[in-house]
Amino acid sequence: MAALEKITKVTGRAVPVPGDDVDTDRIIPARFMKCVTFDGLGEFAFYDVRYDGEGKKKPHPLNEKRFEGATIMLVGSNFGCGSSREHAPQSLHKFGVRAIIGLSYAEIFFGNATTLGMPCVSVDKDTLHTLTQIVESHPDKALTIDLEKMTVTAGENSYPIKLAETAREGLLAGEWDPLALLLNKPEDIETVADRLHYV
Amino acid sequence: MGKTLFHKVWEDHAVRKLPNGQTQLFIGTHLIHEVTSPQAFGMLRDLGLTVKYPSRTFATVDHIVPTNELVEPYSDPLAQAMIEALRKNTKEFGITFFDTNTGKQGIVHIVGPEQGITQPGTTIACGDSHTATHGAFGAIAFGIGTSQVRDVLATQTMALSPMKVRRINVDGKLLPGVYAKDVILHIIRLLGVNGGLGYAYEYGGEVFDNFSMEERMTVCNMSIEGGARCGYVNPDEKTFEYLKGRPYCPNGAKWEDAVKKWKSYASDKDAEYDDVVNIKAEDIKPTVTWGINPGQAVFIDENLPLLEELEGSDRATAAEAYEHMSLTPGQPIRGTKIDVAFVGSCTNGRMSDLEETAKYLKGRHVAPGVTAICVPGSQVVAQIAEAKGLDKIFREAGFEWRGAGCSMCLAMNPDKLKGNQLSASSSNRNFKGRQGSPTGRTILMSPVMVAAAAITGEVCDAREVFGFAETVSA
Repeated sequence: MAALEKITKVTGRAVPVPGDDVDTDRIIPARFMKCVTFDGLGEFAFYDVRYDGEGKKKPHPLNEKRFEGATIMLVGSNFGCGSSREHAPQSLHKFGVRAIIGLSYAEIFFGNATTLGMPCVSVDKDTLHTLTQIVESHPDKALTIDLEKMTVTAGENSYPIKLAETAREGLLAGEWDPLALLLNKPEDIETVADRLHYV
Repeated sequence: MGKTLFHKVWEDHAVRKLPNGQTQLFIGTHLIHEVTSPQAFGMLRDLGLTVKYPSRTFATVDHIVPTNELVEPYSDPLAQAMIEALRKNTKEFGITFFDTNTGKQGIVHIVGPEQGITQPGTTIACGDSHTATHGAFGAIAFGIGTSQVRDVLATQTMALSPMKVRRINVDGKLLPGVYAKDVILHIIRLLGVNGGLGYAYEYGGEVFDNFSMEERMTVCNMSIEGGARCGYVNPDEKTFEYLKGRPYCPNGAKWEDAVKKWKSYASDKDAEYDDVVNIKAEDIKPTVTWGINPGQAVFIDENLPLLEELEGSDRATAAEAYEHMSLTPGQPIRGTKIDVAFVGSCTNGRMSDLEETAKYLKGRHVAPGVTAICVPGSQVVAQIAEAKGLDKIFREAGFEWRGAGCSMCLAMNPDKLKGNQLSASSSNRNFKGRQGSPTGRTILMSPVMVAAAAITGEVCDAREVFGFAETVSA
């Protein structure tokens, strides 16, 4: 398998998508999951909050010209709760998102996003508030998430971020998709299979 | 100090520690369906990999199957393409597929237990967040994403971080008219939709000891709605009795060995927990949601919370919920008019759900203007229900009787709300747009409460409608 990129930093403009408990049905409504590949999911990210019943754009940060091309999303707590559908982080990734800064994440979403090399880092409420203000007033300014220093930088100022050590290690080592590691000791897998009563 | 079931199962299935600190965990049973597997098979082919243990992989089709159209090709070409992709993939890799013509098709979390595939002391993964359902048997069952489906297909393992274990005791006796669904809605309301983050929930206490396997499944099913990736009940005689004689269970001499092994996985009496929550059964009343996540719930006789009673972010989410639901803070939930009644889903689409609901529907009729549908969770459930004449009771009460599938729980098939219709639903999620219309509204409740709402045309207390109140005072 091809080696993965080591993800140490993500730099890009940001877009705030406020609210807590944003669920995966909101990120990608189920009707768009009728597909056998993940291609083309990007345009349906947050579809029902971005478009009305007739397909006309509704007021939403992701529809705003000034946030166009943003690659970092600012979100609230328990982001990505609900379904295990990888279609949710896949649609965000294909929409152009490369990292998420938020208060907290639902567990399955966090894992799915990490496996795509899309870090989901956490900040405290004050930092989220400050970053949102900066991004709102200077949408053209890039933020930098540094996974080695564990900071997010906006202009002159840096703020601490948190990320589960396992995810951080994986991203820094270029092992965020674990498949290569899972494949490389088949004999260990077989040993466990042999000792289990039902396999 | 003793060990919990979670830790025992984890230790038995741990392959090795990965460099990032996660554990490579062996997944004994992999359940797949049409929505989250095709991309995983695509990845396998791209990488030139194969399925490592096809005999430990089982497939069914549930999310997209129409429930009122049994002949293919389906009117939705995308649905047809998905079922055909699953047929091709399972055939190519030698995986058992409970297809629509087998008489065994149904919602993956109903089929697993029904066929005896779900067993105590095992690890189970499925690309569906309600996989915790299988925890009712004392299995550790995880909902996973598609890349992990690929991992499990290719290696029968996945990378996981260990979890903490929270024991949730519900002691005492449930009052008449209070069901397993009320218990889990109450737990989520108490602990929050993200209260279970990082935890496996171990459910126990007198109420769970007395619960049937199907009731245990209803509770474990919604663990994820409380943020817990898996939830389980320790295996006991009821577990073994349920499993005995099922197609994929050991039989003969092997049965006794299996039961002995299964018993050994139950948490030790002196097991140490990271957290313990105690709930009194008598405190729980029939519970309904009023908002846009399953934690926004009240007892049927309560008024909805005032915004000023809520803190910070809860208040913002509540304000959003009131706007979406067209409900007013402080109002009673009782009396809210409904348009649709849905009985079904992996939470409440089993035989006992349908039997209990039919008991109260018999001799009554759905209110004018209400569309009511009953969707059995599997073909086996449908066959047994029909043999007992339940389909007739549902139909005579004005319900549509459908084929097996996920149906209006997430509306990936033609069963959808229209516009801002309000649905009284026995399913598991009340997210905005969940039941197929972006402006559609969902109120979650037990199947018997759905039946009461269907008959009166509004959210109401089933105990009053069906005369449970007399039982309470008796």
